[in-house]
Amino acid sequence: MSYISLSDNDLKEMLAAIGITSVKELFSSIPADIKLNRDLNVPGPLTEAEVMAYFENLANKNSSPDILSFLGAGAYSHVIPAVVDYLSQRGEFVSPYTPYQPEVSQGTLQIIFEFQTLICQLTGLDIANASLYDGASGAAEAVLMAHRLRSKPKVLVAKSLHPQYRETIRTYVNNLHLNIIEIGYDESGCIDLEKLKVSMDEETCVVVFQSPNFFGSIEDIRKISETAHQHGALSTAVIAEPVSLGILEAPGSLGADIVTGEAQSFGIPLSFGGPYLGFMSCRKEFVRQFPGRIAGETHDVKGKRGYVLTLSTREQHIRRERATSNICTNQALCALRATMFLETLGQEGFKELAWQNLQKAHYAKEQLSQIKGISLKFNGNSFNEFVCEFSKPFVDIEAVLLEKKIIIGYGLENEFPELKNCAVICVTETHKKEDIDMLAKVLSEII
Amino acid sequence: MIREPLIFEISGEGKRGFRLPALDVPVTKNLLNEVPTREKVDGFPHVSEIEVVRHFTRLSQTNYCVDIGFYPLGSCTMKYNPKINEKVAAMASFVCTHPLVPLKFSQGNFEILKTTEELLAEITGMDAFSLQPAAGAQGELVGMLLIRAYLEDLGNPRKIVLIPDSAHGTNPSSAHLCGYRVHEIKSNERGTVDVYDLARLMSEDVAALMITNPNTLGVFEDEIKKIAEIVHSKGGLVYMDGANMNALIGHCRPGDMDVDVLHLNLHKTFATPHGGGGPGSGPVGIKSILEPYLPVPLIERGGESLYLNFNNPKTIGRIRGFYGNFLVIVKALAYILSLGPHGLNEVAEIAVLNANYIRKNLENDYHLKYDTPTLHECVFSDKFQKEHGVLNIDIAKRLIDFGVHPPTMSFPLIVHGALMVEPTETESKRDLDMFIAAMKSIAIEAKENPEVLKSAPHGTYVRRLDETSAARQPVLKWTPEKAD
Repeated sequence: MSYISLSDNDLKEMLAAIGITSVKELFSSIPADIKLNRDLNVPGPLTEAEVMAYFENLANKNSSPDILSFLGAGAYSHVIPAVVDYLSQRGEFVSPYTPYQPEVSQGTLQIIFEFQTLICQLTGLDIANASLYDGASGAAEAVLMAHRLRSKPKVLVAKSLHPQYRETIRTYVNNLHLNIIEIGYDESGCIDLEKLKVSMDEETCVVVFQSPNFFGSIEDIRKISETAHQHGALSTAVIAEPVSLGILEAPGSLGADIVTGEAQSFGIPLSFGGPYLGFMSCRKEFVRQFPGRIAGETHDVKGKRGYVLTLSTREQHIRRERATSNICTNQALCALRATMFLETLGQEGFKELAWQNLQKAHYAKEQLSQIKGISLKFNGNSFNEFVCEFSKPFVDIEAVLLEKKIIIGYGLENEFPELKNCAVICVTETHKKEDIDMLAKVLSEII
Repeated sequence: MIREPLIFEISGEGKRGFRLPALDVPVTKNLLNEVPTREKVDGFPHVSEIEVVRHFTRLSQTNYCVDIGFYPLGSCTMKYNPKINEKVAAMASFVCTHPLVPLKFSQGNFEILKTTEELLAEITGMDAFSLQPAAGAQGELVGMLLIRAYLEDLGNPRKIVLIPDSAHGTNPSSAHLCGYRVHEIKSNERGTVDVYDLARLMSEDVAALMITNPNTLGVFEDEIKKIAEIVHSKGGLVYMDGANMNALIGHCRPGDMDVDVLHLNLHKTFATPHGGGGPGSGPVGIKSILEPYLPVPLIERGGESLYLNFNNPKTIGRIRGFYGNFLVIVKALAYILSLGPHGLNEVAEIAVLNANYIRKNLENDYHLKYDTPTLHECVFSDKFQKEHGVLNIDIAKRLIDFGVHPPTMSFPLIVHGALMVEPTETESKRDLDMFIAAMKSIAIEAKENPEVLKSAPHGTYVRRLDETSAARQPVLKWTPEKAD
């Protein structure tokens, strides 16, 4: 297949206009010793039918569609209204680029403005950006931002923050020689507040924690933030499952200074891990150190309201090495989907979505914990994820369930060796009562 | 078109856009008694489905896009996004697979990732790839972290990175994020890296040179092997910003130019859609000396299947969750397969032909700071038009009246009043001629009627927007008290 739009005649006329006889003459600036004098060793060309066949063949090597999965751990299966796919595939959304020329990009810009507004409403903070890459890099950008604001060498990170997010933070801050201290969790599955108090001091720039955390437990954002503020440190709440914000109080209202996280739950399918949608919001006094693109409201020369990218002096194309972040291309189309998702669900729909997650997960929690050989590892409040401890090796249980086409959850032993035979299980509105009952039935038979 | 309200302005309690099936489990009360909860999300809209559909459909109509017309944003490679790639990426098996399913259930997906790594290695002449980075800038960060790790392993990470004055802003920004200070290398009168300036600045304190090839002027850095030799001779590494790969594909490979590490932009060269600002994908290619430091997990072939290797002892670590922007990568792979070797070769040929056709036709109407031959893009300036008080921004805004998206403005920094034009290979001669005609008309208007340029654009949904007051009095979200 070729997407060239020049006819044989066009080619002749263009060569003549330039004054050359062959296109090859235009590559004379490439020295002969660097020129590739063979075809690339890649397959193809394939026609559309052949491309489809190629990928269908690969798709067949993936899991079958009737697998029942209770996986969460940073990627969540939620309903996506039909309008989201339908609208987000429009060429006018898919095929433009960053809205550098705002007069012809008001669609993109107004939607970013609405997205920013929704994120501020959800998180209870003043300013949000147009997106970051994902939750993990968002957590890293938050640490970098806190360090720019406070210039202190110590960073406290909850051990109950998603392992991938903690690893990403370490990679990003590697050369800043920050002292990263991980604070353990207690029997509620939440950050150990006593250990936090002991580690928090005037040398700390930020405490980073997740709520609900990797174990599904809901953190005490107020207490954590108070502890941080008492020592002049910032409080950063990371939200990997923002559907929880339909029921839980806004972190900003509880003292969080920066809220960041993963909005894949908002209308973005599981996508085997990407592209996802990082988001971030903060208090308005921090705006100069805030990373990412921001859309702002203005007027045109006739007084008509419109939107533009603004506060660009923070960004790489203006500030270069002194930019707040190197981010350029972000996750705009994913933010568009999230905006459509949230606006379609609306106040009532979003509340109902959160409530159903809470109720169904609680039902599953009850059903499973009643089974002999299964216990709830943590006694804290949870939203739609919780950790079960099994009396038999989890790998064996996992294997038997897989034969019955059930993926029970994410085993924790690899990343948390102290949590032997434990797994975090996620239940969303997509699980039916009969799915949960079947899981319980199968488990009671094998344990 | 009348002004489209914000969704919050058409909201009304009682309207609903979506419903879930009824709850099928028994309700338990007081589940979150000890936790702060909310009755509602203040300000969240209540709208119906038709209101959502009309809102977004009307907003979409205020966007210009590649699917509408010519979009010559230099350095962005706004080529056509083939629809078969969208169809492939929408297959349920790719869209609905959780990233943490047991490996035996995701072999197809890992095969896609591994195959893409291998094909990108062949296309660029590099030894291995990481597909983790979500965009070019994140790719640059990974590349620079790899360089730092390599040098640290040898005993000294060094302090400085050399970057040409024509470089994209993400280059110094990424270098800074890795803890390096940036020293600028001057471009010479040809617009290429001044090799004498480089030799003067290169030392054992310099970790790397970041170079774009062809550079942001569209000029091929033909002394690249000499440049690489100067850097390598003092123990530094060469990072190539691969944003302009569209000019080279099939014709030469960065790996053969002694580049040690590079990034690619799948949303540029490999035709995945730009999405209004993403998602993109910025794979990083390396020579084998950097393999020990690659981000984990690595995807490896073991017999008949693929598995994840988390044991790269000197890895720089993870830079994001999971494996990469998978669905974007799927589209890029479909594109490579659709084109095949000759198709890829043709991409560069026609990208360069189209750009040179434009350059030839406009070289008397607009100032070209450098007369060096250019490949897939060229940079005009507003020098001629400035004599009449017309700047690049006025030319850009007037182009909108002619139904064309303006070129990239004010970049690279070494050309004052720059207009960077990159047509890409998918444009027809008709569209190129329309652009040329529009630019010629504007050049005449600049002399005879500059006011029409300064008041442009005229026919758009909004007229020229006040960006100054947007920054001075920022309004960054809707609030209920605001009446408009």
